[in-house]
Amino acid sequence: MGFDVIERIERDHMRMDIPQFRVGDTVRVYTKIREGDKERIQVFEGVVIRKRRGRTNATFTVRKVSYGIGVERIFPLHSPQIDKIEVVRLGKVRRSRLYYLRGRIGKAARIKERIVKR
Amino acid sequence: MISGLIGRKLGMTQIFAEDGTVVPVTVLEVGPCVVTQVKTLERDGYQAVQLGFGEKKAKNVTRPLQGHMREAVEKSGRDRFFAVLREFRVPDVSNFEVGQEIRAEEVFQIGQRVDVVGRTKGRGFSGTIKRWGFSRGPMTHGCKNIREPGSTGCATFPGRVIKGKKMAGHYGNERITVLNLKVVDIRPEDNVVLVKGAVPGARNGIILIRKTNRVK
Repeated sequence: MGFDVIERIERDHMRMDIPQFRVGDTVRVYTKIREGDKERIQVFEGVVIRKRRGRTNATFTVRKVSYGIGVERIFPLHSPQIDKIEVVRLGKVRRSRLYYLRGRIGKAARIKERIVKR
Repeated sequence: MISGLIGRKLGMTQIFAEDGTVVPVTVLEVGPCVVTQVKTLERDGYQAVQLGFGEKKAKNVTRPLQGHMREAVEKSGRDRFFAVLREFRVPDVSNFEVGQEIRAEEVFQIGQRVDVVGRTKGRGFSGTIKRWGFSRGPMTHGCKNIREPGSTGCATFPGRVIKGKKMAGHYGNERITVLNLKVVDIRPEDNVVLVKGAVPGARNGIILIRKTNRVK
């Protein structure tokens, strides 16, 4: 009843070139930034602490510690502002929301590496 | 050309604009509408085009209406009758004939402003909080006026409640026009028009969409 039409519209606005990553992985997000009429690319690297599912409204949150201050940024997964996403390191975690990282610094905020068996 | 068409609300979603901003859109199935009657100055005293939209089985359409629609249904190559008939005024009817099909992309363009008419969801007998946005009383400390409307007026003078005082009553299920919505996208393959923002009514509700007469 029209839901498939909406699904098709949303599919057209989704990006299929985004690599797969999981919560706990360290990613490098390249975002396009417009300043006046110049465009440059900014990199944000950190741990994915949350993924919200959805079609065009899916988002993920990346956390990094910058000069001792925790910074979190929420990106719409399918945003055309994202130039590309690189997965730097795979993390092994046991929950889907890593909010516990907010209270930890240094060694305590480490995440085990996930070894992919082939 | 005709100023508007009949359509159906399919639902809402969000899409990305080119600059990356998220645009909330309502997905409307608009047309294809078929001309069912042409009203002329000589016969009817004004110029208008009556359009049909949607599908209805023959057993659910009265015989007089069947007769009224038959020519348009047959000429447009359909086997179902129309569910809705609506009239649109046009300055010149000479380009229209019964059975002619009008599609969304012939009437609307991307970036254009449109008005959308719909029937809002019926909310029945509603209190003042839902109907007029009144605030609520305190929930605790022995208060008994949680969702009450409060005072309705003054004292001995004027000794009555002023006309038009906002009170509880029937809310919703009324015809509402939303003006000046932007057409974000048109998808001719699905007969779909995407307008920015919300539109009155529930999913599958019948709507009218017309070019706005407000200046941009």
